[in-house]
Amino acid sequence: MTSELTGKVPSRRAFLKGAVAAGGALAGAGAAQASGDKLITEVQPWMSELGDGVDAAPYGSPSQFEANVKRRTVEWLTADPISSINFTPLHELDGILTPNGLCFERHHGGAAQIDPADHRVMINGLVDQPLVFTMADLMRFPRENQIFFLECAANSGMEWRGSQLNGCQFTHGMIHNVMYTGVKLKHLLDEAGVKPSGQWLLAEGADAAGMTRSIPMEKAMDDCLVAWKMNGEALRPEQGYPVRLVVPGWEGNMWIKWLRRLEVGDQPWHQREETSKYTDLLENGQARRFTWEMDAKSVITNPSPQAPITHSKGPTVLTGVAWSGRGTIPQVDVTTDGGINWHKARISGPSLDKAMHRFYFEFDWDGKPLLLQSRAHDSTGYVQPTKDALRKFRGVNSIYHNNGIQTWAVNSQGEAENVEIS
Amino acid sequence: MSKFLKMLAASTVVVIVAGPALAGPLGLGRAATLDEVSAWDIDIRPDGQGLPEGEGSVLVGEEIFAEKCAICHGDFAEGVDRWPVLAGGQGTLRDARPVKTIGSYWPYLSTVWDYVHRAMPFGEAQSLEPDETYAIVAYLMYSNDLVDEDFVLSKANFAEQHLPNEENFFLDDRGAEGGELETFRSGDVCMENCKSDVEITARAAIIDVTPEDAEARKARETQQEGKAESQEPDTGAGVPASDSASDSGTASEPEAQDEAALDPELLKAGKKVFRKCKACHQVGEGAKTRTGPVLNGVIGRHMAAEAGFKYSKTLTGMGDEGMVWDEANLAEFLKKPRAFVNKTKMSFAGLKKDEDIAAVTEYLRSFAH
Repeated sequence: MTSELTGKVPSRRAFLKGAVAAGGALAGAGAAQASGDKLITEVQPWMSELGDGVDAAPYGSPSQFEANVKRRTVEWLTADPISSINFTPLHELDGILTPNGLCFERHHGGAAQIDPADHRVMINGLVDQPLVFTMADLMRFPRENQIFFLECAANSGMEWRGSQLNGCQFTHGMIHNVMYTGVKLKHLLDEAGVKPSGQWLLAEGADAAGMTRSIPMEKAMDDCLVAWKMNGEALRPEQGYPVRLVVPGWEGNMWIKWLRRLEVGDQPWHQREETSKYTDLLENGQARRFTWEMDAKSVITNPSPQAPITHSKGPTVLTGVAWSGRGTIPQVDVTTDGGINWHKARISGPSLDKAMHRFYFEFDWDGKPLLLQSRAHDSTGYVQPTKDALRKFRGVNSIYHNNGIQTWAVNSQGEAENVEIS
Repeated sequence: MSKFLKMLAASTVVVIVAGPALAGPLGLGRAATLDEVSAWDIDIRPDGQGLPEGEGSVLVGEEIFAEKCAICHGDFAEGVDRWPVLAGGQGTLRDARPVKTIGSYWPYLSTVWDYVHRAMPFGEAQSLEPDETYAIVAYLMYSNDLVDEDFVLSKANFAEQHLPNEENFFLDDRGAEGGELETFRSGDVCMENCKSDVEITARAAIIDVTPEDAEARKARETQQEGKAESQEPDTGAGVPASDSASDSGTASEPEAQDEAALDPELLKAGKKVFRKCKACHQVGEGAKTRTGPVLNGVIGRHMAAEAGFKYSKTLTGMGDEGMVWDEANLAEFLKKPRAFVNKTKMSFAGLKKDEDIAAVTEYLRSFAH
């Protein structure tokens, strides 16, 4: 989808005029300096001396100049770093795929290290034949390749009471979006033969938390995958190596990592992570359970508090990501004036079901303060609500499923801050 | 059936027939044995399905809890630091700051049994016997004023037990009439002149709890240093400037002639053994005192020397007497912590194997400072 820069959007002409003016200024500055840019007029070492040979890094790493691009934690959130969380640096990324080493981590008993030769996946319970699979067995099933976002239900959970953390990495970084390779969960369950009374599935991890979640059979048989690759390579240990569950569109906690067992039953198990956690406490003291789907959500990643505008007024690229657990994102609206006027952003890259979408809004910044927001529409017609609209239903103590509209206040220096507005 | 499966069925009938005689269409995997299923199928349901035979009393539970759980959850399940509070909080769910505990929030007792048995103690999961688990759960019920101190929980009476907040959970109603989905799908989306003015009502900078700022500054500085380094000549193919600089720095210094040089194999084994410790202890660069004291330089320092940790009276006394951790007394402590330090706060049963003790000691020795 493309949207034109017309109407209320700073016009194409204004955009081009701005570009010409800026270009002219640059040319003028260049002419005034007789010596010019030393990076151009002098031979640089990397053009003279030889670089690394081919095998300097058999498994390559990002450039040393990208050292700032990393997951970060917020220490005060959890009691210790083992049962804890860190965050994807969304403000450093573009496109829709999250690099494997930057996918946020959430463990409840640390990241298990398991030799795939020692790993087993069991199916038991209400099945015709309880089965055990090795990793080699799994790889003999027909495979699927699909891109899905995984969002922790607690993403933005620290923002219910008001703006708290300064950076989209912290407010929205409990999400990643990768391509999974694996087998449809349905194929594995069919192999064991689910009995008619088998309406629920318990998925269990092989980590020290023995992570478990109950999943309705309808979802298990629909689009879930048992995956061993992400973005073409083996899952990272912290993402469940050697094999994990993929539960498209549903809260990340259900995507059991280090998957070791699938039990079929006739009712849910009400495990710790679906009773004491991952239930949404409302103002009246009652709590919602089984809030599986992730509602449509978006965030502007640039500019944002960790990624200020570093240039002066003129052509400016605003970008961000949007997703919905219920479908695709046909439209994202962006405002620069705190929601007085909205503009349709341009979505670039594939628009896939239950996957992250990338949007852009190019505008001519006048150097004045901005109040930036993005608003996602999903393919079911759901429109991302404001935080206040959401609070009317949820209060401020539900922790999970905060998909309210995020606001960044950008000052005339281009610095951004996490704020809320009227 | 997918095209792939049809093709497979048509072309490889022999393979499929020759495979294990299972119900599935591909015949992959093998039958699980009863013992295998019972070893792994440890989940417990609210109706008691899955519970093993056994029982445990509040009084026994109190002892086990003090020994294995209190270091994080507190003697009265009140929670230490940011570790979960397990008791109290009843009647707070409508408050501004609800306290969600087993007594105030959790709907089912089976969840407590299942979770304690599967995942606790933190770092020693699946080490509790069924009777110990019954006892701990009984104690947690007592801590929440749900039973008297003479209560005994067993498989037989489990299904009769109910937690007070069970009725206050309801199924996801976002899709209900007049609910969130209907409201947010109303289709009435304003694009122009949606409001007359806008005011900022909350600012993150005022709260100032973001860890990023200092770190980002440091990262920017490092990046600038990196730039400077990159313009110096590289001393070896494939070695980043910063690494080669530190390598040559080490080489120019005289080799440390330490008769107690570290044994790399033992060190590797020790790093593995330390997994048993790291639920509470940190060691290495940036290590801090968390549930247990930081262990950098522990060998050779006075006992109870880490200022940020509140040691047991016994260990503090031993430190005051001038006792210093060495390999011998550390080995004795690690073998049976409670025998060496009466009422130690370290709720760890001890390392059974001498080679594990030697290995973890070697590992700790590698963090001299």
